[in-house]
Amino acid sequence: MRLWDEGAGAMALAWARPILGGMAPALHPQPLPSGRPHPDRWIKVQPEGLYVEPGGFHIDPVRPVERAVVTHGHSDHARPGNRHVLATPATLAIMAQRMGEAAPASTQPLEYGEPIRIGDVLVRLVPAGHVLGSAQVVLEHAGSRVVVSGDYKRRLDRTCAPFEPVPCDVFVTEATFGLPVFRHPPDLGEVEKLLHSMALFPERSHVVGAYALGKCQRVITLLRAAGYDRPVYLHGALEPLCTLYGRFGVELGELRPATVAAREELKGALVLAPPAAATDRWARRLSDPVVAMASGWMRVRQRARQRGVELPLVISDHADWDELTQTLEDVGAPEVWVTHGREEALVHHATRRGIRARALALIGFEEEDLEEAAVKGEGARGKGA
Amino acid sequence: MNRFAALIDALVFMPSRNGKIRLLIDHFAETPDPERGWALAALTGSLSFREAKPAAIRQLVATRVDPELFALSYDYVGDLAETVALIWPERPERANSLPPSLDEVVRGLHDVKRGQVMELVEGWLDTLDASGRFALLKLITGSLRIGVSARLAKTALAEWGKLDIAEVEEVWHGLTPPYAGLFAWAEGRGERPAAGHGAGFRPMMLSHPLEEEDRTALDPAAYCAEWKWDGIRVQLVARDGQRRVYSRTGDELSGAFPDVADHMLFDAVLDGELLVARDGVVAPFNDLQQRLNRKSVTAAMLRDGPAWVRLYDILFDGGEDLRGLPFSERRARLERWYEAVRPRRMDLSPLVPFQGWEQLAALREGARENGIEGLMLKRRDSPYLGGRPKGPWFKWKRGALTLDTVLMYAQRGHGKRSSFYSDFTFGVWRGAELVPVGKAYFGFTDAELVELDRWVRNHTVRKYGPVREVSAGLVLEVAFDSVHPSTRHKSGLAMRFPRIHRIRWDKPAPEADRLETLARMVVGADAAA
Ligand SMILES: [Zn+2]
Ligand SMILES: [Zn+2]
Repeated sequence: MRLWDEGAGAMALAWARPILGGMAPALHPQPLPSGRPHPDRWIKVQPEGLYVEPGGFHIDPVRPVERAVVTHGHSDHARPGNRHVLATPATLAIMAQRMGEAAPASTQPLEYGEPIRIGDVLVRLVPAGHVLGSAQVVLEHAGSRVVVSGDYKRRLDRTCAPFEPVPCDVFVTEATFGLPVFRHPPDLGEVEKLLHSMALFPERSHVVGAYALGKCQRVITLLRAAGYDRPVYLHGALEPLCTLYGRFGVELGELRPATVAAREELKGALVLAPPAAATDRWARRLSDPVVAMASGWMRVRQRARQRGVELPLVISDHADWDELTQTLEDVGAPEVWVTHGREEALVHHATRRGIRARALALIGFEEEDLEEAAVKGEGARGKGA
Repeated sequence: MNRFAALIDALVFMPSRNGKIRLLIDHFAETPDPERGWALAALTGSLSFREAKPAAIRQLVATRVDPELFALSYDYVGDLAETVALIWPERPERANSLPPSLDEVVRGLHDVKRGQVMELVEGWLDTLDASGRFALLKLITGSLRIGVSARLAKTALAEWGKLDIAEVEEVWHGLTPPYAGLFAWAEGRGERPAAGHGAGFRPMMLSHPLEEEDRTALDPAAYCAEWKWDGIRVQLVARDGQRRVYSRTGDELSGAFPDVADHMLFDAVLDGELLVARDGVVAPFNDLQQRLNRKSVTAAMLRDGPAWVRLYDILFDGGEDLRGLPFSERRARLERWYEAVRPRRMDLSPLVPFQGWEQLAALREGARENGIEGLMLKRRDSPYLGGRPKGPWFKWKRGALTLDTVLMYAQRGHGKRSSFYSDFTFGVWRGAELVPVGKAYFGFTDAELVELDRWVRNHTVRKYGPVREVSAGLVLEVAFDSVHPSTRHKSGLAMRFPRIHRIRWDKPAPEADRLETLARMVVGADAAA
């Protein structure tokens, strides 16, 4: 075990923090039967995000803070402006890639499974199966264990380490697809839909809208697994992260830039683009494109239709309803905090299963598949506010 | 059922009109009778199953899914058929049984004993996949709403069979599903079916909005002008002893308007505007609204909101089809007919004489009278053509009024917007408080909708089921045709046909308009009170 406090250098010092003596009274102090302080006494919801008080750090803060532990590189979780950031090496690399100048100067990589002590909290990062580098944050303090899952999914994804269920006292879960209407069908069936359409319309380009981080690379590995070995063409916004995935050992096969000059070459080809570009003018420059979209939202046809999608592919990096409910069983936590999506239904389900459950009022998280920020820049959010 | 489900799915996702026609033509060409006929019947809204109503479907799903989870899901998805199709818990042991054909479904629903419908439906739902379940539920609830109008389906059939769409419309009312005779005709295997019209609906002639560039290109002498009245277009059919009032989409309104139907003591087919009028004075559209969407009426409604029809055109005089005559001749026939028959509760919409576009523009601007929506321009030589031919008829609406309002509540929309906050209630300032003055759900682009939806989610202060109350921070410039006093609104005013004109991301909410400003825009306030 390596204690962060004991590490040398400014970085470690930034994280070193004396163990807190007296704790601020919680709003709803509910001591556990064993006499251990209830985790809601030491994990607080603040406007900045989830605050782990005895460690003096926030998890995925939405506003700049002194110390941030970041679960993964999506822009609603990894935001610029934090002084010190702790995350997996892959997540830090992704943040550096996406933020450029705005990337945090002071960073601390932490490998999966390596425990570290921050203040009075023992911290461990465990794979979340969401995207490359994505992690659950396992927190141990005063005899209780809390797991903050970040975003996660349970099905096979060749681009990242699979989700590991960690038994705990409190499980903090996302609920992006927290309604029983969301049941993602098997991935390969969806990819076959795409390949079938390509066989049916060999003259038309197939443009697949896919989020730049995670979804894009996942769709490519699924295509490769289905035996598609022709080059895959990429919108410029998707290239850097594919290169980065390559550096982390994710095999994507032959990739080529989808430039306008290559219009002839793109007839009958497969093109990946950010969701907004796929349904926008950019795609219309290709020859008679079939617009597809890879997203869990595609399960709801009216949503797909609203987006002008002709070929919806239900491929998601988030747990569907069955995965969410299965995960609650797997971690066996007597208490669940639900955030990030349609909380009510999952709270209801957990309560019916005899699990204490409540919605955490965290603000600022987005449904990344819908988010236009990837192409428009972060300025698109909060317009007019 | 699988073929029909695949067609429905493909149509839902096909963005272009031509693409939809292509899909329909392929379906007609590749699917045998009677399946394709039932599909056409479903798409044209010609099927109705008495017992399979939404309430029964909700009851059925409640036996299989936690009601709370269903309610939350339905609130999110917004469409009953889609929610049930997606949430339906599959029974693995039933998944291998053969799903029903469309013909089996239609006949099954037709023949089933009272009270056993939902048992039948439950069995089918268990054997179908999510697409099949969606198609089945859409079919039995009789509201496909998949962006294919009856007109488009008929257009595809006409194109496929190389038939004239007007001829298809002409014979349509004499046909019954699954239309074996029609398909035989389209495939050149059979005779044109008889136009068994009787008291059936004839396709109505519709107009295009007049654009600035159209007007400068038109010769004023070639057109007649008349007022466009602010009611709803209707077709009055009195033939073979039957009396029917149809909306412009062919829906029957006779039951809701017996005070019109009872006075149709003649043999003719007429085109006119349905209004509420007291002593010859047209009441605000709101008064007519009270009587629409009702299958039957009370004596009080007949007394307080008497219906009236202002006649525009004559299609048949007795058995004589006048639709091929030029407008000017039909108009003369209409005037002669009216003089001779003098039907009660009806009058003629007067022509508006004018010299040139400038004079007409001035007349249009000056018309602030209740019940006038604008002007209609009709080519003197135009025959009466079903559909919306470009050129012969134009509508030239009165300029809209606008007001800067503040967004107050947002509600999830329906159909393709069901997962977005797309119905917006907005208000204006009365002192320091906002009072709601209207609701709008269109006028913005899809891209703007995404931004509005995001704004709503980020500025919610309270939730009431599907409705979100938002903080007073977004100004919406709203356009509307007119404003009237109303006792049903807290503000005491109701807008006619409000739509979002512009989203004023830039304008601070305190600078939005005040209620007094809106009150000053009321037309004929004393007449309508
Ligand atoms: Zn994420
Ligand atoms: Zn997220």
